[in-house]
Amino acid sequence: MKVLVTVKRVIDPYVKVRVKSDGTGVETANVKMAMNPFCEIAVEQAVRMKEAGIVSEIVAVSIGTLQSQETLRTAMAMGADRGILVEVAGEVQPLAVAKLVKAIVDKEQPKLVIMGKQAIDDDSNQAGQMTAALLGWPQAAFTSAITVNGDTADVTREIDGGLEKLTIKLPAVVTTDLRLNEPRYVTLPNIMKAKKKPLEVLKPEALGVDVVPRLKTIKVEEPAKRSAGVKVADVQELVAKLKNEARVI
Amino acid sequence: MSILVIAEHDGKLLKPGTTNTVTAAVKIGGDITVLVAGHQCADAAQVAAKIAGVGKVLLADSPLYAGGAAENLTALLQTIAGQYTHILASATGYGKNFMPRLSALLDVQQISDISAVVSADTFVRPIYAGNAMATVQSADKIKVITVRATGFDAAAEGGSATVENLAAGPDTGLATFNGQELSKSDRPELTAARIIVSGGRGMGSGENFKLLEALADKLGAAVGASRAAVDSGYVPNDYQVGQTGKIVAPELYIAVGISGAIQHLAGMKDSKVIIAINKDPEAPIFAVADYWLVEDLFKAVPELTQQI
Ligand SMILES: Cc1cc2nc3c(=O)[nH]c(=O)nc-3n(C[C@H](O)[C@H](O)[C@H](O)COP(=O)(O)OP(=O)(O)OC[C@H]3O[C@@H](n4cnc5c(N)ncnc54)[C@H](O)[C@@H]3O)c2cc1C
Ligand SMILES: Cc1cc2nc3c(=O)[nH]c(=O)nc-3n(C[C@H](O)[C@H](O)[C@H](O)COP(=O)(O)OP(=O)(O)OC[C@H]3O[C@@H](n4cnc5c(N)ncnc54)[C@H](O)[C@@H]3O)c2cc1C
Repeated sequence: MKVLVTVKRVIDPYVKVRVKSDGTGVETANVKMAMNPFCEIAVEQAVRMKEAGIVSEIVAVSIGTLQSQETLRTAMAMGADRGILVEVAGEVQPLAVAKLVKAIVDKEQPKLVIMGKQAIDDDSNQAGQMTAALLGWPQAAFTSAITVNGDTADVTREIDGGLEKLTIKLPAVVTTDLRLNEPRYVTLPNIMKAKKKPLEVLKPEALGVDVVPRLKTIKVEEPAKRSAGVKVADVQELVAKLKNEARVI
Repeated sequence: MSILVIAEHDGKLLKPGTTNTVTAAVKIGGDITVLVAGHQCADAAQVAAKIAGVGKVLLADSPLYAGGAAENLTALLQTIAGQYTHILASATGYGKNFMPRLSALLDVQQISDISAVVSADTFVRPIYAGNAMATVQSADKIKVITVRATGFDAAAEGGSATVENLAAGPDTGLATFNGQELSKSDRPELTAARIIVSGGRGMGSGENFKLLEALADKLGAAVGASRAAVDSGYVPNDYQVGQTGKIVAPELYIAVGISGAIQHLAGMKDSKVIIAINKDPEAPIFAVADYWLVEDLFKAVPELTQQI
């Protein structure tokens, strides 16, 4: 079966972001970028399913500027067979992402779409569930295990109290949680190979999708700062502070 | 304005977070209806009816809504959504699962994880793991919103809303619920606890978490963990606090053997008082701590348990 995976280019998760002084967003100039970690898990899952003989082709999709081609090359170095970039300059909100992914699914007809559970920049946690809704497909969000059995899949989802098990009909959309797998590192030979894999660039208009943001960002600010704390010398002093100063125990 | 709050519950009681979501609805202002959807959940509907500020409770009791599966629930919600200006749920694993699906079915852009209400169409939400706060305005006709519980107080009791039955919607047949494996614990739930004791990779093993459990039991606290502790298999996934785990803001958060990565801080830095115990004098967790102790946890934690 064919699988579609989505990969988003985001600020590297280990970079501490800085809010721009004009309050319009965060500083992205000269900041290290990376593939969204949950998307890496999505690609890894697809590649493992291909290695296991369940999947025949992996198509990676990204939405963003031409620089997102790098992210697609990384996905192909991990094992995706080809890439599709939907080139959009400005902000693309999750509903628009879902509409674009749906339009590509309509063309490509995959049996499974694997997406990250959340992008670590905007933290919306929406795009996968929205894509499933627009396609009228079942969804398995926050997945930590998946087994495909012909026309259904058994999935385990991470929920607040533990785990939940579902059987979903295919085709379906799955979003990845941290414990689904540990993504591989890309090797130099695979990076070289990825350069030769096909990468198509499309415009949203060609897919008939309106990507105009629905939510207007009025301002972006620094969060409230905590006041500086104190170092205590030992447990005894700690207990005294908790009892007499903080009064929390 | 007419607001629908979708309750999270276990059939009998409401989950922490739902009453905070009602407070967010009160801040928006308007008539508030709470939907309790599930299987054998009439008791939870009665609890919801007692929340101050709630005008009406809708009870959709059917096997179609067992567990948290989103497909049938959103099919039901789609039939009633048009009556409301705002639809709210907690930004927990429950709400995060079905709300975006509903939002796409209604062709509206959801507003995720709001921590403050500015006006009926403008809200504040954290982005980049809480390192920036965005104020966003929605022009959609129905506002679909998930609410970060730690941004709002829990609504008080004292209401006496009527409970009406809502007939079940269609069965989409897309997903079959095969049950849940819930972690059993006598300790309070992480998102409702007044005190949380959290352990990280520094704990070294699942066995060593007993040290934290002893401290937690003495304090009546919940036990949490960093991602590293969960990934290492010391504790189950539902213990994880952070950007991609649970967001908590207890009165007291005790971080033990946790370095203080951005993603962990995102889940706990709004706690009222933070204590950190770490043997590394440079640990980044100290930057958010009110009190910190540079010491080996295997010495400090048993001492703390004893002296409290
Ligand atoms: C002030 C401001 C300015 C912004 N400016 C920009 C900007 O100039 N450019 C920009 O790109 N974003 C910009 N954003 C971010 C943009 O709003 C978010 O990317 C968007 O809302 C999607 O949310 P999310 O990525 O958190 O989605 P989520 O729903 O959390 O994403 C879940 C999953 O969906 C998939 N997915 C999501 N987006 C994409 C994508 N683009 N391509 C492939 N897969 C995807 C991934 O698999 C991801 O793991 C801006 C945000 C703000 C607040
Ligand atoms: C996409 C993504 C999502 C993530 N989501 C989350 C999340 O939701 N929550 C989360 O927590 N993390 C998350 N992380 C992981 C995060 O980046 C860190 O890797 C993680 O928080 C580290 O956990 P830790 O502090 O327990 O481990 P470490 O960073 O290894 O720190 C262990 C600490 O223990 C101390 N220590 C060791 N032994 C002792 C001792 N005997 N006595 C005292 N101190 C000791 C050490 O000095 C050190 O500071 C995420 C990462 C990514 C990329």
